[in-house]
Amino acid sequence: MRSAYAVNPLLRWFHQLGSPPYFHAFATRWMPWFGFAALLLTAIGLYLGFVVAPADYLQGESYRIIFIHVPSAWMSMFIYALMALNGAIALIWRIKLSEILFLSCAPIGAMFTAVTLITGMLWGKPTWGTYWEWDARLTSELALLFLYFGVIGLASAYEDARQGARAAAVLALVGVVNLPIIHFSVIWWNTLHQGDTVKLIGKSSIHPSMLWPLLILATAAKLYFVFALLLRARGTLLEQERAKHWVRDAIGERG
Amino acid sequence: MSRWAWDVVKVALVVMGLLGLPMVLMPEAVLSSIYRLQPETLEVALWPLRLVGLSMVFEAVGTVLQNALLGAGDTRRVMLTTIASQWLLFLPIAYMMGPFFGLGLTAATPLLALLLKLPVKLLPVMLIALAIGSFGATQIGLIAAALTARLRRSGILLAIIVLPLYLPLLIFGSGAVDAVRLGDSPRAALLLLAAQTLLLTTLAAPAAAAGLRIGSDNPP
Repeated sequence: MRSAYAVNPLLRWFHQLGSPPYFHAFATRWMPWFGFAALLLTAIGLYLGFVVAPADYLQGESYRIIFIHVPSAWMSMFIYALMALNGAIALIWRIKLSEILFLSCAPIGAMFTAVTLITGMLWGKPTWGTYWEWDARLTSELALLFLYFGVIGLASAYEDARQGARAAAVLALVGVVNLPIIHFSVIWWNTLHQGDTVKLIGKSSIHPSMLWPLLILATAAKLYFVFALLLRARGTLLEQERAKHWVRDAIGERG
Repeated sequence: MSRWAWDVVKVALVVMGLLGLPMVLMPEAVLSSIYRLQPETLEVALWPLRLVGLSMVFEAVGTVLQNALLGAGDTRRVMLTTIASQWLLFLPIAYMMGPFFGLGLTAATPLLALLLKLPVKLLPVMLIALAIGSFGATQIGLIAAALTARLRRSGILLAIIVLPLYLPLLIFGSGAVDAVRLGDSPRAALLLLAAQTLLLTTLAAPAAAAGLRIGSDNPP
């Protein structure tokens, strides 16, 4: 009786990715492609957004920061969800690579959250008249930044990296409740931040000439995230497994 | 050792007594020297300041003794006393004094009145929200403490971990008080607050247990 593992190539590939040497080879091979794709799409998206798209009828040219702010905001939440998922897998099945991916997501997510907050502040000053306001969305996004910091801090406070990753995974899972609060905050409360204009289902209230650069840059951000994740995970993997033979072979190959 | 604690109590009595004396005897002078206030605001603040001045001595003695016990290692007694006095003494008395007997701002919670200028009609919903929310908050504290128990020098890390986790409780708790202030029903916010507290209560113990087992002989 053949198991699904042997028959289904996708499942087999997924399992193989959990093996450190295989992941290392995979990451080394695919990293540059993701990097270049991200760079290309970023260039296209920025051109379409900053040069081609027309000025806003209310805000003029200052609205263009949306092309950095919104993809970063989407990424900050997406990465946290992915991080929490990896954390759950690491806790339940104790897969070492899941722990490493979990740890590698955190700094990237923190960066995107910081970019979201900073670009939001820079955008808020000319449009709202203030850099900051303690309304629901801004406060919960700031909470997300602190959650990332907490995860990074807790994981690195432990002497044993694997224990630290598990502790931080518990923390990340407890903090998942913050994600729906951020996402639905503009619907549930009267906030200073504007409501949802780009909808997943149904018609978005944003003009196509602005929507396309936004979606292109969002895709570019995701590709960049994969590139950065592979880069970090590969490095962390090599560091944690440095005593193993395959690491010596891999490093030996490179010179 | 215990004599040393009582000596500190004497110091606290003298220092706090001296500091509190002007607050009790000349509150207008104290307030005017720090703030520039409208006469109506000054009026409202006089009695709370007198009460703060009177209570300072008791608070100081209590704090010294509590920390002496904690330093000596008798933490369980301190915890039980603190919880019992909060829930069985302060909260019921505050509710009785303020809204129930209608004694108003001064009798209810002077410090609260001073700090927040809270209208009396908001006090019941705030006490309810505090009761529900602080129970949830202790669960969060439990998880955070379990995760950092094994670490040395975890003070700042604990604060960073706990802060974002408190936020949903704070949001809905203050949302309940805000609803009453605007004239709406606080039911939705209080129900969501209760839901969060229930969820936290259910999940905190296993999460804390898992956290404590990390690095032990029986990892989670």
